[in-house]
Amino acid sequence: MAITLSDHAVPRPPLSARLSTPQVWGIVLLAPYLLVFLAFVLYPVGYGLWLARHPQSYVALYHDPIFARAAVNTLIFLVIGINVKMLIALFLSGFFAQQRAWIRWLSVLFILPWAVPSIPTILSVRFMLNPEWGVVNHLIFQFTGDDGPNWLNDPTVALTMAIGVHIWKSLPFWTLILMTGRLAISNDLFEAAAVDGASFWQKFRYITWPSMRTLYVTCTLLSMIWTLGDFNSVYLLTGGGPADLTHVLATLGIRYLRLDQLNLAMASIVCALPLVLPLVYFMMKRLSR
Amino acid sequence: MKLPTLREIGTEAKLLLIGIPVLIWTLVPIYHMFLFAISPKEDAFSGKLWPDHPRLHNFEIVFRQQHYFLRDFWVQFGNSTVIAIATGALTLFIATAAAFSISRLRAPGGRAVMNLALFTYFIPAAFLAVPMYRTMGNYGLLNSHWSLILAMVTIASPYAIWVLKQASDKLPVELDEAATMDGATTLQLFRLVYVPLMMPSLVAVGTYAILLAWNEYLYAFLLLSKDTDITLPVALGNFLAADDSPWELLMTTGFIYALPPAAIYYAFKRYMVGGLTAGAVKS
Repeated sequence: MAITLSDHAVPRPPLSARLSTPQVWGIVLLAPYLLVFLAFVLYPVGYGLWLARHPQSYVALYHDPIFARAAVNTLIFLVIGINVKMLIALFLSGFFAQQRAWIRWLSVLFILPWAVPSIPTILSVRFMLNPEWGVVNHLIFQFTGDDGPNWLNDPTVALTMAIGVHIWKSLPFWTLILMTGRLAISNDLFEAAAVDGASFWQKFRYITWPSMRTLYVTCTLLSMIWTLGDFNSVYLLTGGGPADLTHVLATLGIRYLRLDQLNLAMASIVCALPLVLPLVYFMMKRLSR
Repeated sequence: MKLPTLREIGTEAKLLLIGIPVLIWTLVPIYHMFLFAISPKEDAFSGKLWPDHPRLHNFEIVFRQQHYFLRDFWVQFGNSTVIAIATGALTLFIATAAAFSISRLRAPGGRAVMNLALFTYFIPAAFLAVPMYRTMGNYGLLNSHWSLILAMVTIASPYAIWVLKQASDKLPVELDEAATMDGATTLQLFRLVYVPLMMPSLVAVGTYAILLAWNEYLYAFLLLSKDTDITLPVALGNFLAADDSPWELLMTTGFIYALPPAAIYYAFKRYMVGGLTAGAVKS
């Protein structure tokens, strides 16, 4: 390898050289990642931005009703979906922090949605909601004698279901993270509060929440960024349908790509950057401390 | 034995009132998949909660590739395996080298590289997919397994580097100094001191990268297209192309596909939880 050869060329003993041997090694060992970054992050991102430079792409997007709908859907997904998910996760983290044998066993099963790949389980949900053969409508028919609704054929219901699938998949992860944060709170605080006769709500309000607030906000923002890239929940459940009304930005970009409208695909992603970049900047400051 | 007080029973009942819905919510989609895997088509499509004649025949059909959609099952299984393992190995190599360099050798520019990696970590995966697809085309890698492996390494290494760097920072600096005093070269330091001490985190990161690559759908579906090149999740997605898809076989294949990552996850859970959540909580 050329890398090792060039290192032999560096004189080992003289410390007067500008770089010490460990530092040279440091650069050599960083090189593989730097190469990956240049070839598969910097170049694609730069190339993508270059493709998105035409103003007429944005005019076309502006006139495309599917884009407006996808933008609204994405906002609903993020603002409602993520907050509901994180509130449930916060609540369940308290539940799973209880010291009971059966709750420990339940937590082992609870992590399953996170541990199994999303494709088969999303497809499983998709068939459950099948209007003719799905188990959901079979049960509705058995109990009420009426035909159930055509779940995925109504854009509002379909998007709700996609959000539900997303929550099903990622709830265990966030619950686990929040639980670790909860367990890090000193038990003395709760004991002292119990002695003072604090209610359940007061303990949460004055002990749990203040110590978890930062973690909770960080998790919510992180989840928002990642959910922007959640392609599977929507694509595999609804395929963007009915009539392209349930697209989110993640699936819309791929839709344009498959229609060979690469410029529009990139432009639609660029439209999300004003939302993404501040979040990314904030998270980077948080994590690189 | 002391009898539980009324108050304790009340608490337990409240906990059960949360626990039972959580259990049902968690298991329904997975149970439904399992149900299809052991049901003949008629039972599966009639919405029964347990088949009249449970059987393993579906698995036989999948393993013997006796259906149009399954004719390349074993090749695709192999593709998924090779790509996952290659991603795991490459990510480990790249991330360990980078973390060692940033954290232990304090390489010039290490901090900047860490920030670049973190930046990559926060790009939503579906956003990078579009330009990545074109880039792979420009490199002439489309439809080659390398395209997916390299894409997965790109996505897996930032987090891997970050986790490994956090873990490296905790190792005492005196270790390196002592080894250097004894005349260890940098490479010996890496091989004989650093890697053995980092083993738990390396296991966690390797597992993370393998699972990421095995589970990936979007990139696999963009970058690979030939039936004998694609990975299992893409093959599962292709089932939907037909109107009369054999859903019982789709679910059986999905069940088989879901087993290895679940098994790996539970086998390495100890490492995963310790190694991977530590970072998230720190913030």
